[in-house]
Parts: sequence; structure tokens; C-alpha cells
Amino acid sequence: MSILIIAEHDNQNLSAATLNTVTAASEIGKEINVLVVGHNCSNVSKQCSQIPNVKSILEANSEEYKNFVAENVSKLIIDLSKDYSHILAPSSTTGKNIMPRVAALLDVMQISDIIKVVDDETFQRPIYAGNALSTVKSNDKIKIITVRSTAFEASENTGGSAEIKSINGSGDTDLSKFLKSELSSSERPELTSAKIVISGGRGMQDGSNFGMLEKVADKLGAAVGASRAAVDAGFVPNDYQVGQTGKVVAPNLYIAVGISGAIQHLAGMKDSKVIVAINKDEDAPIFQVADYGVVTDLFDAVPELDSKIN
Amino acid sequence: MKILVPVKRVIDYNVKVRVKPDNSGVELANVKMAMNPFDEIAVEQALRIKEASHAEEVIAISIGPQESQDTIRTALAMGADRGILVKTEHDIEPLAVAKILKSIVEKENPELVILGKQAIDDDCNQTGQMLSAFLNWPQTTFVSNLELKDKNLLSVREVDGGLEHMECSLPAIVTVDLRLNEPRYASLPNIMKAKRKPLEEISPSDLGVDTSKRLEVLKVEDPPSREAGMILGSVDELVDKLKNEAKVI
Ligand SMILES: Cc1cc2nc3c(=O)[nH]c(=O)nc-3n(C[C@H](O)[C@H](O)[C@H](O)COP(=O)(O)OP(=O)(O)OC[C@H]3O[C@@H](n4cnc5c(N)ncnc54)[C@H](O)[C@@H]3O)c2cc1C
Ligand SMILES: Nc1ncnc2c1ncn2[C@@H]1O[C@H](COP(=O)(O)O)[C@@H](O)[C@H]1O
Repeated sequence: MSILIIAEHDNQNLSAATLNTVTAASEIGKEINVLVVGHNCSNVSKQCSQIPNVKSILEANSEEYKNFVAENVSKLIIDLSKDYSHILAPSSTTGKNIMPRVAALLDVMQISDIIKVVDDETFQRPIYAGNALSTVKSNDKIKIITVRSTAFEASENTGGSAEIKSINGSGDTDLSKFLKSELSSSERPELTSAKIVISGGRGMQDGSNFGMLEKVADKLGAAVGASRAAVDAGFVPNDYQVGQTGKVVAPNLYIAVGISGAIQHLAGMKDSKVIVAINKDEDAPIFQVADYGVVTDLFDAVPELDSKIN
Repeated sequence: MKILVPVKRVIDYNVKVRVKPDNSGVELANVKMAMNPFDEIAVEQALRIKEASHAEEVIAISIGPQESQDTIRTALAMGADRGILVKTEHDIEPLAVAKILKSIVEKENPELVILGKQAIDDDCNQTGQMLSAFLNWPQTTFVSNLELKDKNLLSVREVDGGLEHMECSLPAIVTVDLRLNEPRYASLPNIMKAKRKPLEEISPSDLGVDTSKRLEVLKVEDPPSREAGMILGSVDELVDKLKNEAKVI
């Protein structure tokens, strides 16, 4: 029995999170196959075939998969499941949407958001916004798993030569209809895989003030994130949110500006290597996790930081 | 139509949880409990649909120990019409919760089930999707905007890349995200009124659902703690530390 990984992509490019998932699968230690389900997605299959350690790529290229509608994709995965002992997907909004359906229909309990592989049936995962880590052993016949990408290194993406097999789709379930998406476009690196992230909170006061953070981000090659309060206030779009219920990031450097450090925010960034906090309140909880803190007004500190990095 | 809203009793989101010394779980004794915040949003949405005359009845369901009836009472005080407590001794996993909800759906015949996107204790984010799969109903998850037009559900989902607009027909499963609405507070008179609203109590075995656990919890432990850092006197010092000590810029 082998492992099936559900590749995450936009029909053109493989997302970095898939490479982290491959590393998690390698730690389970069996033959790895990757499913590329999408529409006009052969580029993605080619990218997947370069990943060392991957045995073969299954490509299901069909109209009904264009927008990764959960009802359709999960049906296909179920049809393929009998050959596998483990099915893994990144713990992205796509993986979270699809995988529990697969688990339910196979009558198994999904293991969400794993951060460590102990052995092929035992995994560690965070609970309570990462305030506790739970080690669980699954006795189910097939393990349905989502993987927290920041907890595993990305695997190599060149040098492999997996064969690509084309497979048939399972048809349109006609349950949900995708109408359109409004995707944020940015030249900056993607939040969850950026090496440096600079995030703003309620202290930014206004969406336009995020321009200050963007200037610093562009000098550092960083992504820009935000707290829930900043998103709720409409300063920035929802996909900027870092935290328990937003995105989890673990860059080399995380700079929190005007963010108090609520547990729900910390849940999304406290595994960053170096944390910097800029906050005018010396008692803000963010300072308890920051490696470097500066107690000052952000409207002075951020422009100064901008002028002093090159 | 009827709307079903599953509401989970969890540790209040403001409480800092503590791991038990024997590593068997987290400390629940004498800890403030509350309704899962996402479920408050789900209740609020159901009430708004009812207030817009698109539904006649909102039913709150909780699965858990006897105390979970407090969570149901909270939903009733917000405005739900009646409650169902499915009483269990141990806490149960999303797979079993979804099976219990499926059999209640089959009894009650609602056209809409609105759940939270995730319970903030187990952080599983599974139950709604599982229920949808069991019922073979459409699912729309992580919803930040919802509109009901005749028997059609138009929704906006929060996804990693931005937003997605979806459409499906009823009956359907919806899981809600934080920005869908601001849940109301229950007024004192409504809290009093809620005490007289019907609250039925059943057990998983009444529904024929096996709730045995599939995941064995071997150990619950504290996450690695971060060492305390330093407060710097100036931005100059910060830039110097980042360049020369941490070497991250
Ligand atoms: C179910 C649930 C899920 C949640 N999920 C998330 C999540 O995923 N992510 C998340 O971030 N939050 C989440 N939250 C919200 C979280 O609890 C906090 O409310 C939120 O993180 C606060 O955001 P903030 O730090 O920007 O705002 P505040 O707590 O208001 O902090 C603002 C900070 O800015 C500082 N400040 C103000 N002006 C200045 C200035 N001029 N210069 C310097 N500093 C200044 C203040 O001192 C303060 O510390 C969730 C909450 C719930 C209930
Ligand atoms: N024990 C429970 N009782 C009632 N509702 C629940 C229970 N467990 C999960 N739910 C519902 O399912 C949602 C998602 O939970 P989870 O899949 O555990 O993250 C919650 O927000 C609730 O709406």
C-alpha cells in the first residue's frame, strides 16, 4: 500500500505547500503517488514529476475539476482510495474543504493539520490554538491527513522523474456551482511560504497606512500579513489574516506592528524563527514571544525602519 | 423551513488553557466554558434568516455532557426556538458528531444546517464537510456572506487566495467564518424566556450511532516555549540586531 498526495495548484503552478506535504509523506516512508486533479493542468503534472521520491503522477484533467469544487474532487479521491494506506493534502482552505468529505465517506476520522510524523499511524497535531500538542494514534484502515506546511521542510522540486498517468474523472456531482473568484494579486511572495513577513494590526489605524509596511516589505522581499482586527476593520483583505483561524506562517523573520499578541494571533506565527514586535504598549503580550521588541509609536518606527534598511 | 445549528461547548476563547500534569489532556475543571465563537455566528445567521421570513424554526443542537445544555440555553436566549441535547459521557470526534447530526437531520428534515467552520478546542475543521458528505447535500464552507434567493443559496467563501462566490440549492450545509456577522447578545428578558423553551434530551444510542473513538490520544503536552527576548532602545539597534546577530536581513 502506498501514499497518495493531493497536489495543491491553480491549474498552472504547483503550490509550495505540496512540497512540504511530500516531506511529511516521506517521513511516513512508503511509495508516494501524487494526484493532480484540475483542468488543463498538465504543467502542474510536469512540475510534480520532477519531485524526487515521487513514484508516479495521476492526472485527472477534466472540466468539473477546474475550480476544485469539494463535492467533485472528493468523489474522485474516494474512487482512487482503495489502493492507498494514507491520503495527504496540505492543510490549506482547499485541503480543509475536501478531505473531511473523503474521510466521512470512507468512515474514518481525519487527522487534521499534523505537525509531526511519529510513525505511520501516529501523528502530532496542535489543539487549542497551538497551546497544546496532541499525539494521536489512528486505528483506521486508511489515514486521511492534512499537513501543516510550516511544520515540514519543502522537498526538492527538481531531479525526479515520476511517470505521468492520465486517469478519468468521476463526473460532475452538480451539487455546488462555482460562480467566480476574487483573488488578491500581489507581486510579493506568498504569505505562507515567505522568508520574511511583516504584519499590521489594529494599531495601523487605516488601510492606507499599510502602505508603510508594503514599502518595508518590498525592500526585504517580504510578504504582508495582518491580525484579525485589521482585517475585520477592512484595512486589508481576508487572505492577509494570520492566526488560529487564518494562515499559519513560520518565516525566518516575523515583524508584528501594532499587534497586541492575542493567543489566536500567536497561534499563526509563534513558530517563526525570529519575531520582532513594534508596539507602544510595553505590556502588550506580543513582547512575551518577541526576540526583539521596540516600545514606540509605529508611525515613527516604521518610516525609520524603512529608511535604515537598504 | 427549519434551520439546524449545532453548537459546541468549549473553553472560553479568552482562557489560557493548561495541559494536565499527567499529559492526558487539558484542564477542564473550574475553567470558564462558552459557546464556540463560530457557532454564535452560525446561530446569528440562522436567526437573521428566520427574521427575514425565510425560515420558521431554528433548532440548536449540542452533543456533549449535561452541561452542554447551558450552551443550548445561550442559543435559545439569542432567539433559537428549541434545543436538542445529545448527551455523551466522553467527548466525541467530528466523525461521530457528523453521524449524530445526520440522523437528527433525517428526523427533523431541515433545509439548512449552519455550523461553525471550526471548533476552537480541537481545531479540527471537519464536521460540516463530513455531514454534507453523509447527506450528499451541497456544502459551502468558510462563508463570509450568505444570501438566500428562493431555494437558492448564494455565498461568498474566504479562501487562502481571497474570496470565492458559490451557488447551490437547498437543502445545504454551510460552515461560517468570522466575518459573516456580529452575533447579538442575549437580553435579560430573553435569557429568562429561554428557560421555558423546549429542550429535548437524547443519547447517541437512541439514534443508533456508535461514538467510539478512532483516534487514540497518546499524549497531550505543552508546545515548546520561546525564550524571552529583549527590549531594544531604538530602531537603529533593531536594524543592527537583525543584520548582525539574527542575520535575517
Ligand atoms: C474564534 C476567534 C478566532 C480568532 N482568530 C484570529 C486569527 O486567526 N488571527 C488574529 O489575529 N486574531 C484572531 N482573533 C482575534 C484575537 O482574539 C484579537 O482580537 C486580535 O488578534 C487583535 O488584533 P490586534 O492585535 O491587531 O488588535 P488589538 O488587540 O486592538 O491591538 C492593537 C495593538 O496596537 C497597539 N498600538 C496602537 N496604536 C499604536 C501605535 N501608534 N504605535 C504602536 N502600537 C500601537 C496597541 O498598543 C495594541 O497592542 C480571533 C478571535 C476569536 C474569538
Ligand atoms: N459536540 C458538538 N456539538 C455540537 N456541535 C458540534 C460539536 N462538535 C462540532 N460541532 C459543530 O461543528 C463545527 C466544526 O467543529 P470541528 O469539526 O470539531 O472543528 C462546530 O463549529 C460546531 O458547529
